[in-house]
Amino acid sequence: MKLRDRNSIALGALIRYPLRTLMMLTATAMGVAAVVVLTSLGEAARGFVAAEFQALGTHLVIVIPGKSETSGGGLGMMIGQTPRDLTIEDARALLRSPAVENIAPLMVGSASVTYNGLERESPILGSTPELLDIRQWTMALGRFLPNVTSERGAAVCVIGEIVRQELFREEPPIGKWIRVGDRRCRVTGVLGSAGRSVMVDVGKIVVIPVVSAQSLFNSPSLFRILIRAKSRESMVAAQNDVKRIIRERHQGEEDVTVITQDAVIATFDGIFTVLTFALGGIAAISLVVAGVLIMNVMLIAVSQRTREIGLLKALGARQRQITALFLTEAIFLAAMGAVVGVLLGYLASSGLGLVYPDLVFRPPLWAVASAVLTALACGVIFGISPARRAARLDPIKALAGK
Amino acid sequence: MIKLDHLSRYFQVGDQSVHALDDVTLNIDTGEYVSIMGPSGSGKSTLLNILGLLDTPTDGEYWLNGINTSSMDSDAHASTRQTRIGFIFQAFHLVPRMSAFENVELPMVLAEMDKNERHQRGHRALERVGLLSRVDHRPDQLSGGERQRVAIARAIVMEPRILLADEPTGNLDTVSGKEIVAIIEELNAQGLTLIVVTHDPKIGGHARRRIRLLDGKVVRDETSPAVPS
Repeated sequence: MKLRDRNSIALGALIRYPLRTLMMLTATAMGVAAVVVLTSLGEAARGFVAAEFQALGTHLVIVIPGKSETSGGGLGMMIGQTPRDLTIEDARALLRSPAVENIAPLMVGSASVTYNGLERESPILGSTPELLDIRQWTMALGRFLPNVTSERGAAVCVIGEIVRQELFREEPPIGKWIRVGDRRCRVTGVLGSAGRSVMVDVGKIVVIPVVSAQSLFNSPSLFRILIRAKSRESMVAAQNDVKRIIRERHQGEEDVTVITQDAVIATFDGIFTVLTFALGGIAAISLVVAGVLIMNVMLIAVSQRTREIGLLKALGARQRQITALFLTEAIFLAAMGAVVGVLLGYLASSGLGLVYPDLVFRPPLWAVASAVLTALACGVIFGISPARRAARLDPIKALAGK
Repeated sequence: MIKLDHLSRYFQVGDQSVHALDDVTLNIDTGEYVSIMGPSGSGKSTLLNILGLLDTPTDGEYWLNGINTSSMDSDAHASTRQTRIGFIFQAFHLVPRMSAFENVELPMVLAEMDKNERHQRGHRALERVGLLSRVDHRPDQLSGGERQRVAIARAIVMEPRILLADEPTGNLDTVSGKEIVAIIEELNAQGLTLIVVTHDPKIGGHARRRIRLLDGKVVRDETSPAVPS
């Protein structure tokens, strides 16, 4: 039997039983759509997290006190408590590396911020002017810690947008004196609404000079040193230099962890890719369920059309031809279901994109392709047994409708 | 052309073995017009199925055109059915979703004939049964007699040598039945070997050669000039 004839006979049969066709189409389409939507959800989450880390700044190398390999280092790394502190002097020494463009020591704490009787508890960051550039923040108003270095503090501070609203309301904040903990400082600038950055909401923070932070929190120990490498290529060199310099300064002990933004992104990327695969896999189960349905409905089709099969045999159809005929029907159903499913999936993804505009819903091509292939494979695998059964029918019994 | 040599067909029913055909020896020549009659259960349908290669004998041999059919595999049986044998059934067995022409086309589709030839042959066959005006009608738009004529067109479209008819008028009224008989007798007159299974003596009596089966055995086999109707 020629392919074209086979296709038109199979299509004719599908049109003749619209309810059956619609049912199987829906089942397959739902499965394929589920794969497309769930994987695009996973991809959107991955993209979101990657973008968050990207927002940390480019060519970023982060030095964290404590060695992650040593026992208990994981916890120490997180809360910044290790036997040997990371100091401002350590930070300054890192500038010796030719691969390092800029550094910003970072202290983190929390204190009450008051102005004119209004008070709120804020995350306090102690750093230097370089932080602005390294984190790629913008200023909404004024300047970022002018005349401050890693050695010299000043009674100045920069506040986030939310802090400004709560303390100053309509009042212009620049030049006003506020109280941060037990110290007074003059507001020199307001941070632009750069949105969220992984750890804190930029709008809620107050930035003071690192030296001031040391005395405010009564500790010489830094939370982090942020480093900007000269280029993407020099990030590895910067990482090695940092380890070497710290080792020299810490009596030969490499008691810091140096991570790059890329490494962090890669880690999360890995996690979310696995997540996406898992989601796709779960959705693929629904495709297999659709496959089982295809098999059942094809078996019904075979018994519905027993006489027709008997007739085809009497007219000289070989077993192979009858197998091919029913298999073609199953594959048609799977293929049509896959096409409808992909369309539905893309439609649902764009719908989600409208509901959550922050996330980018784009179904990954590999997922779409494998969903379609799985659907077709299900059509073949679950279509074979009914088709074989049709081909093996005894023509005399089939003609009698038994 | 057809030679049955001590042919038997048993069916296992429970622990009993039923002889549907019991030691049948028979020769049918090209162009003959044979009716096979007998009460139900006499084995006439089984005989027709074996002649049409839809069933295989348990014992004995069936020679078709000098070839022992038991030496052929199922694909060879299928291709013999396709090219040498035409079937006409009591229930017509048309595919309901297909037009008259498409039904007639079906055996040619299975034989992978090309479109032009299918068109020509299909229309010629429908013309021979007088249905050229009904090519695009579906079976449910045709009368019983017309349906059986479509089935005859389908049976002859591959230009077989043998036409096997199983109660061809069983589902038809007398008038349509006569028309159908006239058509198949005309085909026989043009050289087609015609074998009709029927329990209706009026139909069976038309045949020049009349075989009577009882309990799987040939009890009478007589040849005479055609009885005028």
